[in-house]
Amino acid sequence: MSSVKLPVEKFRLGMLLGDTRYRSTTVQVIAFIIFVSVVFWLVDNTVKNLALLGKDVDFSYLWMRAGYDINQRLIPYTNDSTHGRAALVGILNTLLVAFIGCIIATIIGVFVGILRLSKNWIVAKLMSVYIEGFRNIPILLWIVMIFALLTEFTPAPRAFKGADPEASMIFFQSTAVTNRGAYFPSPVWGDGSVYLILIFILSLAAIFLFRRYAKNLQEETGKNLPKFWISLAIFFIPSILFYFILGGPVSLEYPYLKGFNFKDGIYVRNSFIALTLALSLYTSAFIGEIVRSGILAISKGQTEAASSLGLRPSRIMNLIILPQALRVIVPPMISNYLNLTKNSSLAIAVGYMDVRGTLGGITLNQTGRELESMLLLMGFYLCVSLCVSAIINYFNRSFQIKGL
Amino acid sequence: MILTIMVGTPARCWEGFYKEVIMKKSLFLSVAAIVGLTAGVAAAGTLDDTIARGHVKCGVSTGSPGFSGVDDSGKNVGFDVDYCRALAAAIFNDPMAVKFTPLSSSVRFTALASGEVDILARNTTWTYSRDTDLKQTFLGVTYYDGQGFMAKTSLGVSSTLELDGATICIQVGTTTELNLADYFKANGMSYEPLPTSDNAESKQQYLAGACDAYTTDASALHGTRINMENPSDHIVLPEIVSKEPLGPLVRHGDDEWADVGRWVLNALVIAEEKGITSANIDSFSDTKDAEIHRLLGTGDDDMMAMMGMPKDGMYNAIKHVGNYGEIFERNLGASSGINIERGVNNSWTNGGILYSPPFR
Amino acid sequence: MSNISFVREKEIPQSPPPITESNAIRWVRQNLFSGWLNSLLTILSVYFIYVCLRDFIPWAYGGIWTANSIRECLDINPDVACFSVIGARWRQLLFGFYPTEEYWRPILTFVLLFISIAPVLIPRFARFFWFSLIYPGIAVWLLWGGSIWPVFSIYLAISLTGLVFFLAKNKFKLSSGFSFTAAILFFFLYFIFIAGPFIALFKYILPINLVLIESLQFGGFLLSMIVGFSGIAASFPIGILLALGRQSDLPLVKMICVGFIEFIRGVPLITLLFVASVLLNYFLPPGTSFDIIIRVIIMVTIFSAAYMAEVIRGGLAALPVGQHEASAALGLSYWQSQRLIIMPQALKISIPGIVNTFIGLFKDTTLVSIISLLDPVGLASLIRADQKWNGIYWELYVAIGLMFFICCFGMSQYSQYLERKLKTDNS
Repeated sequence: MSSVKLPVEKFRLGMLLGDTRYRSTTVQVIAFIIFVSVVFWLVDNTVKNLALLGKDVDFSYLWMRAGYDINQRLIPYTNDSTHGRAALVGILNTLLVAFIGCIIATIIGVFVGILRLSKNWIVAKLMSVYIEGFRNIPILLWIVMIFALLTEFTPAPRAFKGADPEASMIFFQSTAVTNRGAYFPSPVWGDGSVYLILIFILSLAAIFLFRRYAKNLQEETGKNLPKFWISLAIFFIPSILFYFILGGPVSLEYPYLKGFNFKDGIYVRNSFIALTLALSLYTSAFIGEIVRSGILAISKGQTEAASSLGLRPSRIMNLIILPQALRVIVPPMISNYLNLTKNSSLAIAVGYMDVRGTLGGITLNQTGRELESMLLLMGFYLCVSLCVSAIINYFNRSFQIKGL
Repeated sequence: MILTIMVGTPARCWEGFYKEVIMKKSLFLSVAAIVGLTAGVAAAGTLDDTIARGHVKCGVSTGSPGFSGVDDSGKNVGFDVDYCRALAAAIFNDPMAVKFTPLSSSVRFTALASGEVDILARNTTWTYSRDTDLKQTFLGVTYYDGQGFMAKTSLGVSSTLELDGATICIQVGTTTELNLADYFKANGMSYEPLPTSDNAESKQQYLAGACDAYTTDASALHGTRINMENPSDHIVLPEIVSKEPLGPLVRHGDDEWADVGRWVLNALVIAEEKGITSANIDSFSDTKDAEIHRLLGTGDDDMMAMMGMPKDGMYNAIKHVGNYGEIFERNLGASSGINIERGVNNSWTNGGILYSPPFR
Repeated sequence: MSNISFVREKEIPQSPPPITESNAIRWVRQNLFSGWLNSLLTILSVYFIYVCLRDFIPWAYGGIWTANSIRECLDINPDVACFSVIGARWRQLLFGFYPTEEYWRPILTFVLLFISIAPVLIPRFARFFWFSLIYPGIAVWLLWGGSIWPVFSIYLAISLTGLVFFLAKNKFKLSSGFSFTAAILFFFLYFIFIAGPFIALFKYILPINLVLIESLQFGGFLLSMIVGFSGIAASFPIGILLALGRQSDLPLVKMICVGFIEFIRGVPLITLLFVASVLLNYFLPPGTSFDIIIRVIIMVTIFSAAYMAEVIRGGLAALPVGQHEASAALGLSYWQSQRLIIMPQALKISIPGIVNTFIGLFKDTTLVSIISLLDPVGLASLIRADQKWNGIYWELYVAIGLMFFICCFGMSQYSQYLERKLKTDNS
């Protein structure tokens, strides 16, 4: 066996571009060099510019006294707290708006999406108007207009004053709707309320067990229990029963007018209501469309097959259509939640102190640390969206039809 | 890689391109910037740049009655606007040679720092930290203001100290926010802030009753109150809780440019002191007062040359825009409909505290 | 012939259906009152519509158009709309502070815009595609003014660069990589040595000038349009590159593209606009300062490029893998197959998505008011700061909302129409 001498091709520089074996590496190296030099260029410019202005990059301002007040705070905060804590208050406010907004948007969106498919002409048209109206007008305008609506058409707290007030509280004198916000009664946890909560948690567990039992029963015998009503009963009856047995340990503290404002009770500010409402109505229009197209994506044969099996329309929706449509609906829905969260950064338009209002607004403005504040702000939003992306990916993986 | 090519290029080669394209400040500027043709733009001082450019870049408020606004024909008007016009008149003999950039309170300092504007005349309070930490140079005080409160008469309060527990409308991103916190804390009172994005919004909220009182600079309060449907329904509370000396400012580090701005302002004040108005300015050509000659450039000394400005710069400023009193009267006084009293903002010769160093 | 006939010679007229089955009533019964739930919904809806319109119609219908200030409006009738503000300020709302005598320029630009989109959307006009390519230059020149030659020189540079590439490849038989490098080199050399003298020369020989308009004078819907359209147009090529990069086999390129897209999509537009307004100057060489509108356009372009990339990626993913394989089997190179096979199909699929991205972007241009640019919403606050109109609220927002609605609704209807039209073949 004589070894065949392979022709050794001499490496030429031209092969870096011409030869497909090397080209991809070359392209990547060039891309990398360009990328690194652009980054270097940006950082270098920033350093030079900061030096020119006599500034530095320093995050220690986060531990300095903020000096300003924030009206809505979920954690203790005064104007003696630090800028960092102010940022945290803002972050929590953002998350609160996003969380509640998403829930409301989903509920309204699902209703709107289903009703738009209604055979009732006027309802379907009304839903079309709703969806097109909200989708085609900028969210900023909606936020501003809803806020104006709440401010202009609700009474001021002073209207509740006097012997013959112009405005009065609603729901048995428990709730006051003013143009500063709504005041709801707040619960006062008395003795024994721990037991009540325990009972409540137990009844939740009971509902879970009951549904499992009902499902097994149905699968084994075909017998169908009225699941919804029984669950509802388990949800309410034990708690209410024990509430009276324990002698009413939980009482409500009603808001009352004192001085300029209402005192006690839970105070939900107008800025919060307006922002949440605007965001959720706007997003619900998109969710409505997603739900509608998700339902339409399920072929008509499914509905027809189900009705030939003798299922009622509500059952067809619950058992056949929605479970299948959900697979189509959920991923775009989550990206709409993300949009809602990002849109909540428009809070400044109604003076709601979200993270952009505190960290990216007042703090930035009072300390002049725009680079640091913007970096932190972007980092926060990025974290949220990366977390949500991870959830989408998880969902996509776990909800794929097995075997496909 | 691109950069090295650019740096190595003889400047002469793209001088034409630079002159034609970059100086025109058109969209191609961005193209040029991206390609990297950027060196040498900031080499000269601001005054030289301004003269080369042919107009002053002035930052003003996005809308504050009397201080800055836009009329129906689209022309910028207001007290702060007129100061910039005087500056332009002093440099170019043309009060219209100004480009106004409306800035919200939260972007104003960065706009100045980045060179988007060269002077900020945007009712900005002169404070220690803005002067030192934010690296600004204040040129003087155009208007002595203080933070006050306005409430509805029907509320029955006569003093700020009765506002414990009240909801107070406030503009975000201003010093008033910090003053408010300090004041209520010092007096052991609580309050609920209702932040708004601008003055018009504050007023709207206040009128709707969403806040009990409304705080901002007293000048603006008086201006707003006079224009309410029924001014007697509203009361500006007597307490002034802070000092708010408002004035124009420039970037740290360009003293020549700061001098120009400072002395145009002083010239306007001196002119009022001496009784020089835009109408009678030409009658001072044979006055015996040497300072007037120095100021107006009608004498032999060319004082303005010390700043690199035309000899009759101050003359032009006063001729076109008027003295401090005229500017005040036109924008804030009775003839403007805003009707603010001169008060402390009067020349020291009339019992105010406006006092310019001598023009010597 | 007897006259007796068993055949009716004349048709008897159709008798009307019973009253309960006549069209209108049957329609109402079937569509509105088919069951108790439906009837309830119908009644609720009608009541809701009544409540909404009860106050709005008299307010809007009786609106005052002739007053000179809000005070006059209130004196005439405080309960109706004061649309006079729109009469006094409609120019600003539409054009910002663009000089009145130059209004023909934005209008012409707008008209030309439709002509330039036509070849892209209507296959019949595809041969006029060259106009779509030169339109951006014309638009820039018309809107900003100045001399035509700088624009021309950029176009010249691009076409000459293309020529160099073509010559190097086909005449001198260089590999595409080398030809590309040569073309890029030429491009820069052109700007360094040729562009300046060229522009100066032609300005001297043939001065074609329009009055120069500062960016600061743009405002109102003109500004929204400029930001929206230039953002979309400029982001289109970048979006294609990013989408290709994200699908690429080169791990490093893919990583950079994914990182970029996810970063931009992860942060709200308002923070990017804040970067444009306060930070962009930090990132550029000291002393660079170009005006805020161009900075905003840059950031908006970057923003929409990321979204565009995702839309195009969707289009690419929708293509059957056989298309790639078939083009590879034909011996087409990567770029050839992209240009001839993949992109034409992928882009066709993505057009509705692109239109939707554009609608979103167009609506989002209102956010520039937060960094105090004078788009319609920003102008609304400016107008409210004017002593004459202080206190105006609904009239302005309703008018602005209506304008946006008309634009966006029109576009979304068009995109739905396209979607239906493009759904020609399979499935």
